[in-house]
Amino acid sequence: MEKLFKTVSFMSATLVMVLLASIFFSLFHTAKPAIEEYGFGFIKEKAWDEEVPIENDIAATPVKKEEPKAAVSSDDDDLASMLAGNTSDVPTKTVYGGLIPIVGTLLSTLIAMIFALPIAMGIAVFLAEIAPKQISNIVGIAIELLAAIPSIIFGMWGLFYFAPIVQSFVGGYQVSLLTAGLVLGVMILPFMAAITRDSMRTTPDVLKESAYALGATKFEVIKDIIFPYSKAGIIGSVILALGRALGETMAVAFLIGSVFSLPTSLTSPTVSIPVAMANSFGEATGMKTSALFYLAFLLFIISFAVISIAKFYFLRKDNK
Amino acid sequence: MRLLVNKIVLLLSTLSALIGLSFLAWILFTLIGKGLSSLHFSLFLNDLIDGGLRNLIVGQFIMAGIASLIGVPIGMLAGIYLQEYGSGKYVRFIRDLSDIMMSAPSIVIGAFVYAIVVVPMHGTSGIAGSIALAIMMIPIVINTTDNMLSLVPKELREAGIALGASKYRVILDIIIKAAKVGIMTGLLLAFARIIGETAPLLFTSETSNYFSVDLKEAYPSLTVSIYALANDPTSSSRDLAWAASFILTMLVLIINLLGRYITRKKG
Repeated sequence: MEKLFKTVSFMSATLVMVLLASIFFSLFHTAKPAIEEYGFGFIKEKAWDEEVPIENDIAATPVKKEEPKAAVSSDDDDLASMLAGNTSDVPTKTVYGGLIPIVGTLLSTLIAMIFALPIAMGIAVFLAEIAPKQISNIVGIAIELLAAIPSIIFGMWGLFYFAPIVQSFVGGYQVSLLTAGLVLGVMILPFMAAITRDSMRTTPDVLKESAYALGATKFEVIKDIIFPYSKAGIIGSVILALGRALGETMAVAFLIGSVFSLPTSLTSPTVSIPVAMANSFGEATGMKTSALFYLAFLLFIISFAVISIAKFYFLRKDNK
Repeated sequence: MRLLVNKIVLLLSTLSALIGLSFLAWILFTLIGKGLSSLHFSLFLNDLIDGGLRNLIVGQFIMAGIASLIGVPIGMLAGIYLQEYGSGKYVRFIRDLSDIMMSAPSIVIGAFVYAIVVVPMHGTSGIAGSIALAIMMIPIVINTTDNMLSLVPKELREAGIALGASKYRVILDIIIKAAKVGIMTGLLLAFARIIGETAPLLFTSETSNYFSVDLKEAYPSLTVSIYALANDPTSSSRDLAWAASFILTMLVLIINLLGRYITRKKG
């Protein structure tokens, strides 16, 4: 019995590794047709679901190699375009590229970070240093409740209440890169504030008290004692929040517009990787599904890297 | 001058806290205002096809429930292994992977379950949705169990072993009991987290207008339906979405507060 229990618990722990590995491989496997078709050029390709003529140059040996593949995999799309009355003689193929969702993801995350960072730091300082214990507890709980609100609620509130106000200030569209980024910022704000506060609280009281005894003001203690002491933890927290923002779907889905075009300004609509997946998956077949999985694979790798950096480099817990 | 700078900074910091709080208040008041006005008792009696929410609420609970039945034992056992059995590099490695998995984008987990469950089963299903939620839940439960067990004093373990109890008896009868409150709180928070998830369900369970107990077909989901209803231009759909959002948020917040209350009272 003892042995059985130990074995089962060992297997459960190992399952984590198995799951992560299978996520990696299944995403890779499903994305493989797109990876083979587009290679690394995928991340630079602007077209998404667009018909482009196949070049039949004499020198185009690699293109020739691709031709049969494209014909097989984008069967449905070709058929659809034929039915739609595409009578031109030039053979075409449908191209999927990742540039627009990748740019949309990065920019919306950037806006969110610029918006959330100063406020989150302020809240963390307030909770850790300024507020009396009881107020800090109550505000702390409120901030954690804000973090617990499901992301779809942020999306709805953002679309119907927050975006119109932003629009009235800056103009442009209600669904845009800017409003999506700001709502994303509101969403990661409490998470960032809570873990930054926890990092700040690791500063030993002795250090702070010594500084106060030397006549330092609160701000000087925060700036010269707490920040340097918990710097690694704070940076780690911020990167962790960044990782969360990169992969957030629902809060962004309502607001980014889900339009496959490069944003020309802050207030123009675009799309992000999670949103592209959320909205295009249902009707996708063949190469389109594969391209979406390519995006998912990239997102997984990016967030894996970002979280690893935060965890291993900055937040290394010294294990007992 | 120093004092002035100090004052300004403290003021700005307090202001940030107020901004944070006002976002919470704004969202809650919106939900209460829009939600309560669209909320009728009949919503709990009718399914979505008749303009109600009954099937969605039940469906969301069933999927989160099944996810807990899968995720809680696995997560707890893994947490027990990390804290009680394993040692050295392997434990650190699994702990790190679990932390990474906890922050993995939920839509990616949805895509994963789509590839390994939905495609072989030729369609979205309640099972697929439950599995996606379970995968979300496992690392959270591992993290909680791991942390809570680490707080149990060593002496308790030694006392148990000294009495001649086998290790798994000590773990189940003594250590888990000692960490009960913390683990319960963690499980409640984990449940609150997954019941509000939308992205992993979008293409695993999808949603359904009808009441369903057949987990092999598309399954009613409150969150997925909120997304669909909110994007519907008719105002009655939107009202329904607000009512559903209100119910969902209250549910999540109440479970959260309950968890905190338990810790406070007994911890």
